[in-house]
Amino acid sequence: MNKPDQIKTQDRPASLYAKREPVFNRRIDGKFRRLKWAIMVICLAIYWGTPWLRWDRGPYAPDQAVLVDLAHRRFYMFGIEIWPHEFYFVAGLLIMAGIGLFLVTSAVGRAWCGYACPQTVWTDLFQHVDRFFDGDRNARFRLYKAPWGPAKIARRLAKWTVYLAISFATGGAWIFYFADAPTLQHAFWTGTADPVAYATVAVLTATTFVLGGFMREQVCVYMCPWPRIQTAMLDEKSLIVTYKDWRGEPRGSVKKAGKNPDRFGDCIDCNQCVAVCPTGIDIREGPQIGCITCALCIDACDRVMGETGRPRGLIDYATLEDAEREKAGQPPTRHLKLIWRPRTMLYFAVWGGIGLSLLFLLGTRVHTDLTVAKDRNPPYILLSDGSVRNAYTLRLRNMQGRPRKMEISIEGLPGAKIWSDDVGMAEAGTALTRIVPADETQSLRAYLVVPAGTPAQEFTFHLQALGEAREQDSAEAQFDAPGEQ
Amino acid sequence: MADAHNSPAAASRRIDEATNTETVGHEWDGIEELNTPLPRWWLWTFYATIVFAIGYCVAYPAWPMISGATEGVLGWSSRGQLQNELDAQQAARARTVAALADMPIEQLPDHPALMRAAIAGGSAAFKVNCVQCHGAGAAGSKGYPNLNDDDWLWGGDLKTIETTLIHGIRQPGDDATRQSMMPNFGADGLLTAEQIGQVADYVLTLSGKARASASSQQGAQVFADNCAVCHGAAGKGSRQFGAPNLSDAIWLDGGRREDVVAQLTRPHHGVMPAWGNRLDPVTIKMLAAYVHSLGGGEDFAETPAPPDTQPTEAE
Repeated sequence: MNKPDQIKTQDRPASLYAKREPVFNRRIDGKFRRLKWAIMVICLAIYWGTPWLRWDRGPYAPDQAVLVDLAHRRFYMFGIEIWPHEFYFVAGLLIMAGIGLFLVTSAVGRAWCGYACPQTVWTDLFQHVDRFFDGDRNARFRLYKAPWGPAKIARRLAKWTVYLAISFATGGAWIFYFADAPTLQHAFWTGTADPVAYATVAVLTATTFVLGGFMREQVCVYMCPWPRIQTAMLDEKSLIVTYKDWRGEPRGSVKKAGKNPDRFGDCIDCNQCVAVCPTGIDIREGPQIGCITCALCIDACDRVMGETGRPRGLIDYATLEDAEREKAGQPPTRHLKLIWRPRTMLYFAVWGGIGLSLLFLLGTRVHTDLTVAKDRNPPYILLSDGSVRNAYTLRLRNMQGRPRKMEISIEGLPGAKIWSDDVGMAEAGTALTRIVPADETQSLRAYLVVPAGTPAQEFTFHLQALGEAREQDSAEAQFDAPGEQ
Repeated sequence: MADAHNSPAAASRRIDEATNTETVGHEWDGIEELNTPLPRWWLWTFYATIVFAIGYCVAYPAWPMISGATEGVLGWSSRGQLQNELDAQQAARARTVAALADMPIEQLPDHPALMRAAIAGGSAAFKVNCVQCHGAGAAGSKGYPNLNDDDWLWGGDLKTIETTLIHGIRQPGDDATRQSMMPNFGADGLLTAEQIGQVADYVLTLSGKARASASSQQGAQVFADNCAVCHGAAGKGSRQFGAPNLSDAIWLDGGRREDVVAQLTRPHHGVMPAWGNRLDPVTIKMLAAYVHSLGGGEDFAETPAPPDTQPTEAE
């Protein structure tokens, strides 16, 4: 990381480009590390496992539990099937995701960054791969400094191969969300899948390989906008990883502190908090953009405090407000009390409100839909017996996985009769019935005729799925007629 | 503003202390410019664009000459590309066109897919050839029949529409053309102005647009003597002669009294080209299918047995 005092313009030409200092973070165990493991396993399991869940939807719809069917413009999620005109469900979920981030950030700081962000999850995974091939911090540092030779090349190639395998699995899993997974898997390996699938896998493999394998914390610090936004989301009541400098400073080794019991703070300057940090920062310099709040430094510091017989929590989750209180010698506030405050409750109310609204909409939505487009050229046709005809294009939607019989009737247009291309004017009646195929939109051209002298007016097309009381829809339409001549 | 040194620019270059970089040798209000080289990737990109441009000029038409331009070694041209696309379209449609060519129009309704293709093709052909008179929505206007309604001068089944299209209306030189002629009752003095007024009053009662009056009762006799031969005793017209039905609500040349008087005095006679001379049989078949599909198309079974029971286009 940049340290301003290290830049000495007299010694070397100033450059705006700071070369990356590689991060070799030490292995650490502790409760936050175990939490991180658990979340990583859950996230990866969800990501890799979800497309393989099955959900029986009968013969007319795919049996994949979660499927974004772009070709047919459908989104399936377990028992829910979203059509393109219902995209507000997706918009609502995206808004909930956004407000959820606000909620989490204002309550517990950058928890998203530290535990659940894909960049964090994959970086963490790749760092374990590093450790497996190159050893822990010092060994990796030595190997990094070592000249290129057969041994180093072999290790690097092996490691990068594993990187590539993980990246390929990552990119490969993504495509299964967009097509039936078992079918696509077979097509993919036999070379008959759509070129888009191969291109997607290639792009995602490349990005995972580069971003997770090599760029790592640079993505968080330089590329990701979220830390900048989070800086605005955090306030003095948000839980963040804090070094309690009033307790730790001035730093002194165990030996020094033993000789002078009152001169030194609790920090023994062992640098373990820096050694374990996946972004390579020194938390003792205060809150900073490179800190993703993964709390591995807390694990490291707690272990050292335990070994030296000092109270844990020199580095700990604390709010800036609490830091002031603790500095003044008062006991810290309970974390639950910190989380439940007006700001977080407001976020939670908005978030929950949207969620409940979506659930309500989902529960009350009908699977039948009618839209009407009127022919405007010509607006009306005068027939030989003086009656007036208008033509409409109706679209009947059957959003269920079985064919259904639907009836179209006319409301508010006295004497109107309806017929269609396949019915014929002779059989015109007050209603039309159609069987709409499963999961389809059917287009229907309908003619409406009214007796001579009927004025132009508004009326309603009514669509009713036969035998299903709640499954209906209406659409307003205009009937045009000749005016005074 | 002035250069700090009087010597040539090269001599005035100096090394900037802070950056160890040479300056370009100018100074403006105390501001100097560092002579930082362009990044190598930028230069390579720049050279690559030059190479690409040269290759492009060789491969594609590029340099304007006195007449025309260089042709390029690939032989590409926008006209050629268009022609290729047109040829490809034609090839793609070839099977449908061939099937339509072999299919008598009477059998077209038995082949729904072919019928749909014909209607789609007819819609396109209509927009090129027919909208000038019949309008984009085929609704016609005064003097130009509305093709959406159920009123037909010559008949509304597929075969009859096709015949009308091939031979046109009142086309000289085509023996089978639709031909009908209403005498200039007024202009040629066949009827007096008073008789014309009477018969107009009578005609308007036929469709219920006017009530019977003394004048219309006299007009009934004039109608029976002069008009019934073509329009029928009840004024229901005749498709045999293309005589419009006068008892329905549709008026080709206007339904007001003065319109009827004008038509009796010096009748308007619409014309339509004999499209058989201009369009190929498949296009005509498609046009017939399209016109038939507009909402007024009749079945073959409905051929008019007694002329008086069927409505026809009225004046």
